[in-house]
Amino acid sequence: MDLGLTEEQEMLKTSARDFLQKECPKQLVRQLDESDTGYSPELWQKMAELGWIGLVFPEKYGGSGGSFLDLIVLLEEMGHNILPGPFFSTVILGGLTIMAAGDEEQKKEFLPKIAGGKMLLTLALTEPSASYDASSVKTQAVGTDGYIINGTKLFIPDANIADHILCVARTKKEKKPEDGTTIFLVDAKSPGVKCTLLKTLARDKQCEVIFDNVSVPQKNILGKLDQGWPIVKQVLQKATVAKCAEMVGGAQAALEMAVQYAKDRVQFNRPIGSFQAIQHYCANMVTDVDGARFITYKAAWKVSEELPADMDIAIAKAWTSEACGRVTLLAHQIFGAIGFTMDHDIHLYYRRAKAGEIMFGDGDFQRAIVAQELGL
Amino acid sequence: MDFRFNEKEEAFRREVESFIKTELPANWTEKNIYWPGGYGTLSEFEEVNTQIEQFRRKLAEKGWLTISWSKEYGGAGRTNIEQAIFHERMSYYRAPGGEVATLIGGPTIMLFGSDEMKKEWLPRIARGEARFWLAYSEPNSGSDLASIQTRAVEDGDDLIINGQKIWGTAAHVSHYAWMIARTDPNVAPHRGITLLMVDNQSSGVTIRPLMNICGTHSFNEVFFDNVRVPKKNIVGEKNKGWYYVMVALDFERLVIPIGGFKRTFEEITEYARETKHNGQPLTQNPLIRNKLAAMAIEIEVAYMFFWQTAWMLDKGLIPNIEASVLKLFTTQLSQKLANTGMQVMGHYGPLERNSKWASLIGRVPAGYMDCISALVGAGTSEIQRNIIAMRGLGLPRP
Repeated sequence: MDLGLTEEQEMLKTSARDFLQKECPKQLVRQLDESDTGYSPELWQKMAELGWIGLVFPEKYGGSGGSFLDLIVLLEEMGHNILPGPFFSTVILGGLTIMAAGDEEQKKEFLPKIAGGKMLLTLALTEPSASYDASSVKTQAVGTDGYIINGTKLFIPDANIADHILCVARTKKEKKPEDGTTIFLVDAKSPGVKCTLLKTLARDKQCEVIFDNVSVPQKNILGKLDQGWPIVKQVLQKATVAKCAEMVGGAQAALEMAVQYAKDRVQFNRPIGSFQAIQHYCANMVTDVDGARFITYKAAWKVSEELPADMDIAIAKAWTSEACGRVTLLAHQIFGAIGFTMDHDIHLYYRRAKAGEIMFGDGDFQRAIVAQELGL
Repeated sequence: MDFRFNEKEEAFRREVESFIKTELPANWTEKNIYWPGGYGTLSEFEEVNTQIEQFRRKLAEKGWLTISWSKEYGGAGRTNIEQAIFHERMSYYRAPGGEVATLIGGPTIMLFGSDEMKKEWLPRIARGEARFWLAYSEPNSGSDLASIQTRAVEDGDDLIINGQKIWGTAAHVSHYAWMIARTDPNVAPHRGITLLMVDNQSSGVTIRPLMNICGTHSFNEVFFDNVRVPKKNIVGEKNKGWYYVMVALDFERLVIPIGGFKRTFEEITEYARETKHNGQPLTQNPLIRNKLAAMAIEIEVAYMFFWQTAWMLDKGLIPNIEASVLKLFTTQLSQKLANTGMQVMGHYGPLERNSKWASLIGRVPAGYMDCISALVGAGTSEIQRNIIAMRGLGLPRP
């Protein structure tokens, strides 16, 4: 048993923290949160130069050949610095899907551009039913040679800036909803693609994407016709763990901020951190942060090793979602009135914890999976 | 990172598992109502003491009664991960194992005792022939342990002890008190405390049972009336007992009945599977499924804290936060598991052992009472949070 990070991972963690602190101060975070694009092209280029975007892509496609666990280490730091932008949608939802399902030509075409910071992607899966199962895919793609896509996708991250949208559509009506879905690589500039930005609590750039008779050539099918669901499922699993890592980073930052404030803030002639009520809040927070981190890394390790991980992922997401919610809420309590102001940073973490909880299924959703995996 | 056991660890796990399965008395799980985390339902307090004695002797033969000790002192010289593997399997099968002498006393003597003391005591402890009870708390000294009043006054080659100890778990089935007493009342409280061993058979020792709320005789109040103890029973130096006791807390870190949570959860789940309500198994009820899943998740998180603590110890890191979190988290789990069990079982939940209609041998209602002790014993949850906040996060003293 070895529960530590490798030397390289420790270095990645440290350098990521330093870089983001310097290059993405909270002022920039706020500016991007309130912008329509939600990202800084200059910062994006710098991240590409650091090799972050292609971290897990094979070297022959312009990547660094890193492991999924390396990516998790990086995501935790991005969560710690609440980095806005399309890293999650481009790399996790887009890049990993192409890596998993793309043919040689598609990989050659897309992955180097993504790694170089020249192309943004996202995955359009969810629809107004707001659910992650195959039966919720109602968007249709019809055709034999080329395909015409019609339907509405909702809660799609960063679709407003994506160059290509990976659209999950129904290509065949089968008894099992898992059968008959296909993933299409859709150029976001195709006629009939209409994208509307949604204003959300966490200012994560979720969109409504309407596909109105969008024409897609056959060669843009990702993976096999009618057999897209296993790929979607695999990507969802990775995305779920990746989201946990981001949340753990955010919760860690909220904890650090609250502890520092508890040491500095003086009331009744002494630091409020000397009061047991505050100390015990902090102890509860560290318990939640550490527990969430350990359980997330276990799931991430399993995914990285390609071991069966359905149960571990559901456990990690159920626990992390709720633990990080508790942590950011307690942080608010410690900051008191100042934390309720827009000028203060803690609300940025509180918002993101809620967004992360909902994304890819909350505690109740994941516990239903755990129950199933327990064979109940 | 690798969450798998390596070959040596895996082989050891199998060895422990097969040993327990071979040597544990038949139908052991029906013979005790032990609840993980609790102090009131240990099998020692049941009418199975001779069987426990036999099992312990076999553990001692393998050096497993003192698994963390070096071979030189009659232990097994195992790594912390291996110790954790051992405790995990033992607690899963609810097997009786170490006690105060093997877990706390022996390791402290190894660090601070004289060579003579090591020679005299360690082999006896390793053989299971000298069992200790923890004589720390007093009626007026609980969480504020350094305020103890029991006096030890020098008289030639002896000390004379006067005072009262309380919550002496298993004092009535042990041989010696592992005691802290005040030897210097004129200095700061924690600088005048001495650690020593007192024979239960000494003249002037009176052990009186205290019935706990599970209805078992687990702990005692013990009176010391002019009890004469040879000075050679002092561990380390006089007046340094407080420091030794603080260091000794480290030795208890991995003694968490982690496997017991898993086992008990499996039994409650099995009950839900087999029990029908309105013609449907309870496991079809979404609310029950949610509750059971929540327990499975918390148990898995507890396991993570457990392995992390062991791994850190092997790396030479000090698991300050982690060890207190492990205690805090698992004892809360003890309470939640008991509550979940009661909720799943409904009207059958409160039926106690030997009741005609009792399920799971009445373990759950016993646990519902015993889990109260989990969050109080060995440092309350509040004390654990203080440690995490001040020692772990560096928050200022109150």
